[in-house]
Amino acid sequence: MTFGVVVFPGSNCDEDAFHAAKDLFRQDAEYIWHKDTDLKGADVVILPGGFAHGDYLRTGAMARFSPIMSSVRAFAERGGPVLGICNGFQILLESGLLPGAMLRNRSLKYRCEHVYLRVEQNDTPFTSAAKVGQVLRIPIGHGEGNYFAPPDMLEELEANRQVILRYTDPNGQLGDEWNPNGSVHAIAAICNRSRNVVGMMPHPERACEALLGGEDGRMIFESIVSEMAVR
Amino acid sequence: MIDAQLLERHGLKPDEYARIVTFLGREPNITELGIFSVMWSEHCSYKSSRVHLKTLPTRGPQVLQGPGENAGAVDIGDGLAAVFKIESHNHPSFIEPYQGAATGVGGIIRDIFTMGARPIALLNSLRFGSLDAPGTRRLVEGVVAGIAGYGNSIGIPTVGGEIAFEPSYAGNPLVNVFCLGIAKASDIIKGVASGAGNSVYYVGAKTGRDGIHGATMASAEFDERSAEKRPAVQVGDPFMEKLLLEACLEVMQTDALVGIQDMGAAGLTCSTTEMGSRGGAGVEIDVSLVPQRETGMTPYEIMLSESQERMLLVVKRGREAEVERIFDKWDLHAVHIGEVTTDGLLRVKDKGAVVAEIPNRALTDEAPLYRRPMEEPEYLAEVRKLDLDALDGQRRLRSSDQDAALLMLLGSPTIGSKQWVYRQYDHMVRTNTINYPGFGAGVVRIKGTGRALALSVDGNGRHCYLDPYRGAMLAVAEAARNVACAGARPLGATNCLNFGNPERPAIMWQFAKAVEGIGAACRALNVPITGGNVSLYNETDGKAIYPTPIIGVVGLLEHADRVVSRRFQKSGDAILLFGVGRGELGGSEYLKVVHDLVRGEPPSLDLDAERALQGLLVALATERLIHSAHDCSDGGLAVTLAECCFDTDGMGAEVTIPDAGGETAAALFGESASRVVVSLSQAHVPAVLQQAAAASVPAQVIGHAGGTHLRIAVAGQTAIDLSIEDAERVWRSAMERYFVRRVA
Repeated sequence: MTFGVVVFPGSNCDEDAFHAAKDLFRQDAEYIWHKDTDLKGADVVILPGGFAHGDYLRTGAMARFSPIMSSVRAFAERGGPVLGICNGFQILLESGLLPGAMLRNRSLKYRCEHVYLRVEQNDTPFTSAAKVGQVLRIPIGHGEGNYFAPPDMLEELEANRQVILRYTDPNGQLGDEWNPNGSVHAIAAICNRSRNVVGMMPHPERACEALLGGEDGRMIFESIVSEMAVR
Repeated sequence: MIDAQLLERHGLKPDEYARIVTFLGREPNITELGIFSVMWSEHCSYKSSRVHLKTLPTRGPQVLQGPGENAGAVDIGDGLAAVFKIESHNHPSFIEPYQGAATGVGGIIRDIFTMGARPIALLNSLRFGSLDAPGTRRLVEGVVAGIAGYGNSIGIPTVGGEIAFEPSYAGNPLVNVFCLGIAKASDIIKGVASGAGNSVYYVGAKTGRDGIHGATMASAEFDERSAEKRPAVQVGDPFMEKLLLEACLEVMQTDALVGIQDMGAAGLTCSTTEMGSRGGAGVEIDVSLVPQRETGMTPYEIMLSESQERMLLVVKRGREAEVERIFDKWDLHAVHIGEVTTDGLLRVKDKGAVVAEIPNRALTDEAPLYRRPMEEPEYLAEVRKLDLDALDGQRRLRSSDQDAALLMLLGSPTIGSKQWVYRQYDHMVRTNTINYPGFGAGVVRIKGTGRALALSVDGNGRHCYLDPYRGAMLAVAEAARNVACAGARPLGATNCLNFGNPERPAIMWQFAKAVEGIGAACRALNVPITGGNVSLYNETDGKAIYPTPIIGVVGLLEHADRVVSRRFQKSGDAILLFGVGRGELGGSEYLKVVHDLVRGEPPSLDLDAERALQGLLVALATERLIHSAHDCSDGGLAVTLAECCFDTDGMGAEVTIPDAGGETAAALFGESASRVVVSLSQAHVPAVLQQAAAASVPAQVIGHAGGTHLRIAVAGQTAIDLSIEDAERVWRSAMERYFVRRVA
């Protein structure tokens, strides 16, 4: 199968996602330039982390106008799996492919550290290898990861089981001090209603090798690789 | 009309002006005067420091590029080169902390990718006044946010560094930034202009009026009017630099380039002159073709602007379209602004009319060179006297209360955890970081090779204040030792020399002694200096900072997975001490924090013993015989042992250390050099002791890891007994407590 990693000007985790797919999971991988419209036969599309177009206006606000985004939208509407990581999640929100918005972290500071995440749902292509309730240790690195949705939208998200990962303590218990950015309902990842588009603030590609301090991010890649093998 | 006042505003002395007139055979015009003033400034010409810097060791079989280029480079095997340099942005950071620090990061990154290297890691070394002063907290927040804002956005991890707080930096903080990149050794590109008729291109951000005379500002002392110099600080745009970085690396994949240089200090002036000078050629440009952000800019302003994120390229004739296409892809505009000539002149035109014409040589090789007078400072005789017995009457603590002393040290911002800082830096992007900041030297693996590089920046201004020669040696030894503790063989070094006004003989003496010390240590430890930066005039209202040479060392691990960190790994492991404690409290953090004293002589250093120790550490890591290694520095053995216990989920240690021939505090907190604490499985103790003996490194088993407390006995008497949980809480909040806000 082929991973398509979209490169916006200012993307800076594109090589990391590519490295994970190609070198660690031995899949085909292609970089897709944001000015192109051809997804190069990708079976999965990753919108990587970074600061697309500098993010001077609002995170992801410019990237949604890149030509490739109409192809990504069409791909998602056909049911193709799309994963937005960090800035990629922000871009999915701005594009309307996922609901809600990002605010600045509650601390008003960028935070880079490992956090604990509880898997809430495993019926998405990116969490199918996990058990519900399983706790993962994966790093974050963002200044605007404070997920926000108005109450009715939030209610709908929860009712439709669209919250995929939540920030918790190492035992999977919710607690304000374990929420690194102030996200409502401790939300770290959500999916769309058809469950093929997932956005997550933590960086699974940074947690795929023991040498780098943890391998819990492999679960995200293992899920999609085995999903696609079945299809 | 050029008069004395105008010369003073340009920082030029009357005799320097006379030299300019002799060179040109006429009076310069105002544009030429501006060009001379920045090129002959201390910042660009190194006129006070050059005679001393020439004495540094710069060669070695591993050195691929020594000083003189945009950055140095060492061979790391597999045809790859580590390209690295450290640079200061002290003055701009004091005036505008966020932008000053951010553009410092931007500048050093450009120096690295200019060489054809992909930047993969950043470190920084920061000095501030006491955190008790609100002004310091504002500076710290701004500088840290500026470093984070630039480095995080461009996507280069900040993997380590160090911060210290001393009142001497209150009016003059230090912001030294180090960057490391990887290049194919055969693809290293230099900042040369050669080949008559080749095209000179300008790429990147437009030129504005920002930063005019930044280099001159960095070459003067501060006073109460310094805030008025704010317009001389530039504004950084990390997104623009990210585009430049990617586009330049792509252009370098072709062979269409002759040379490339970033426009840093002194902007277009410095890049055109230096490239021409290195290539033995001339450069002719027309400033009217330079993209401008503001209207009505004069040739003087365009030549002196220090607007950020700009590069100068020399492109082979006939290959222009190819280069332009790549920049177009990244939405960057490459503009043809001139040609390489054969006449050795910098010729500046404005819409075709010549507005400046100066021999390159006059601006570079023939810049003034001073052998400034030196004199041993008067304060030294007094501050070197240290009488511990005289302290008894005024002790803040009973001498028996070592637990309290250790907690004071762990809770001091210089020693305490810097998590509040490095949590704001993306230290994981590029997925190479093996040793995180705060765990010892920063370590990044080199993808595709199985190897890794360890990086450390170190320097102790207090030691250098008390003895610049020994203090500088200690800085080199500590940086190399930190790298060796990670298991890496030190390969090369870069230095950033932060001092006061060199026109004062006492400062010049400190500078010369420090350079001598660096040279001696680098020669003995086989770490040649491959480049660096000098920052003088670090004074405010006539008060100089402590002399502060910062040394960055790069080391190579043959096996990335054999990296060693400071943390104890397994309960029951044996704890060994390499080296000998001599109870040296002179210039220590203990005297400073507990007794508010900056006195005595800094620790002695035996360079042969240091070299043996570092060789042993690398061998033990390579053979996987040790589980952790941590050097003894600020706060001595007691602080080192405590730090080995932190970030281990509360694992303690039980040790007995020898009496260092003096009071207990000297054994616990003395900062004798060339000491390292390692932990290892009990089974390996005999083998390790044997190897240490063979290497002539003193070694002794001092205890074992385990339990929940740190217990240290000195000569059989319990001196320290603290729960790790309590000690770690104090250590962890040492810096953060100054910045705590209302919890939302």
